[in-house]
Amino acid sequence: MKRIVEVTINGERHELALEPYRSLLDVLRNDVGLTGTKKGCDVGDCGACTVLLDGKPVNSCLVLGVEVGGSEILTIEGLQRGPERLHPLQDAFMRHGAAQCGFCTPGFLMMASALLDENPAPTEEEIRFGIAGNICRCTGYTKIVAAIQAAARDKAEGKA
Amino acid sequence: MRRFEYHEPASLDEASALLVRHGADASLLAGGTDLLVEIKEHLRWPQHVVNVKKIPGLAALEYDERNGLRFGALVTARAIETAAVVRARYAGLAQAARELGSIQVRHRATVVGNICRASPSADTLPPLIADGASVRIHGPAGGRTVALEDFFTGPGRTVLAPGELVTEVVVPPPAPRTGKHYIKHGRRKAMELATVGVAVALTLERDACRDIRIALGAVAPTPIRARAAEAALRGRALDGGTIAAAARTAMGECRPISNVRGSAEYRREMVGVLVARAIERAREGAG
Repeated sequence: MKRIVEVTINGERHELALEPYRSLLDVLRNDVGLTGTKKGCDVGDCGACTVLLDGKPVNSCLVLGVEVGGSEILTIEGLQRGPERLHPLQDAFMRHGAAQCGFCTPGFLMMASALLDENPAPTEEEIRFGIAGNICRCTGYTKIVAAIQAAARDKAEGKA
Repeated sequence: MRRFEYHEPASLDEASALLVRHGADASLLAGGTDLLVEIKEHLRWPQHVVNVKKIPGLAALEYDERNGLRFGALVTARAIETAAVVRARYAGLAQAARELGSIQVRHRATVVGNICRASPSADTLPPLIADGASVRIHGPAGGRTVALEDFFTGPGRTVLAPGELVTEVVVPPPAPRTGKHYIKHGRRKAMELATVGVAVALTLERDACRDIRIALGAVAPTPIRARAAEAALRGRALDGGTIAAAARTAMGECRPISNVRGSAEYRREMVGVLVARAIERAREGAG
């Protein structure tokens, strides 16, 4: 039986009728049309589906759609600051070439934004610990870590 | 995902009644980081999923000097990992929570879920057993309290009877000059299941070890205490000789199996190495 769920996604109110056995990830992609959140492993190992649920980074593949009533969700589509203004992390990822195929990038950006919200000046070790649940299979983590460090620095220096 | 019926009980009694009514066809959902994976991977196929998140009173985490720490069934691994009082007084537990899955997983996964899943390698179990934790259980016949070390009966098996659910974990306050440590031994630094887990909680009096609990994970069908190793150290000075002897004793107390994460022989060797190391670190923490 479907349940009616009221939820705020990227600042916009949605009323959704959901079967209980559907993941938040599938609901975001197929019902709301927000395909920036990626389905990688679908079992909580890869982090490609990371979104912020009431400000906290979670794997949307391991949350049921029916569980998020009354919550606020932020996806990659809502991360940028305005139509022409990227989030400092998005800007830093571009400058540092911190993406190859790009499939893992939305998940990394959501996790990194949660990390910087909690700890505005993380050490390299803290960054690597923070992104342990996000997997990049193209190349590696060096540029991703550098981009997160740069974004933190830009923020501290008031550039972003 | 396979279809199931979904329930959001508003009280413990209602949850209990649902579990009784649907028996083996029902699964409890708290964090969901194990259950939803098991449903997706066809390891479990509940007809009914009972989400306990709407039950009031299960989300608290409290500490006081007399009664120690208590936290409800909805408290996440991330909340345990980041709580200042847990880091200060239950360092082994904080460390174990920190090494469970990823931050994304820990924002959902509950420690009570980690307990009830009863995996022999579950990270939070050895430190909680070393801390002398117990669990409060609600069921059709009322409530009861069970020491965590008596809670497990085998891999994935517990003393929970039909209709019972764990509502809270209670952990006694540490005595003065108590040190704690947890070591997770795996093949990589993160996103790993323990090949061996060792937790030690010890209390010093002058230079001697007044009390010690050693709990081992992933080396028996359930987490176990190394009681003979503990007895060998209780009341004795902690030096290289006594620690090494206790570590050898602990090697004899574990009953490891060989699997994809390590052979039985390797696990037994690592119990020796890690028990000694965990005792030394816990002693440093005791001051």
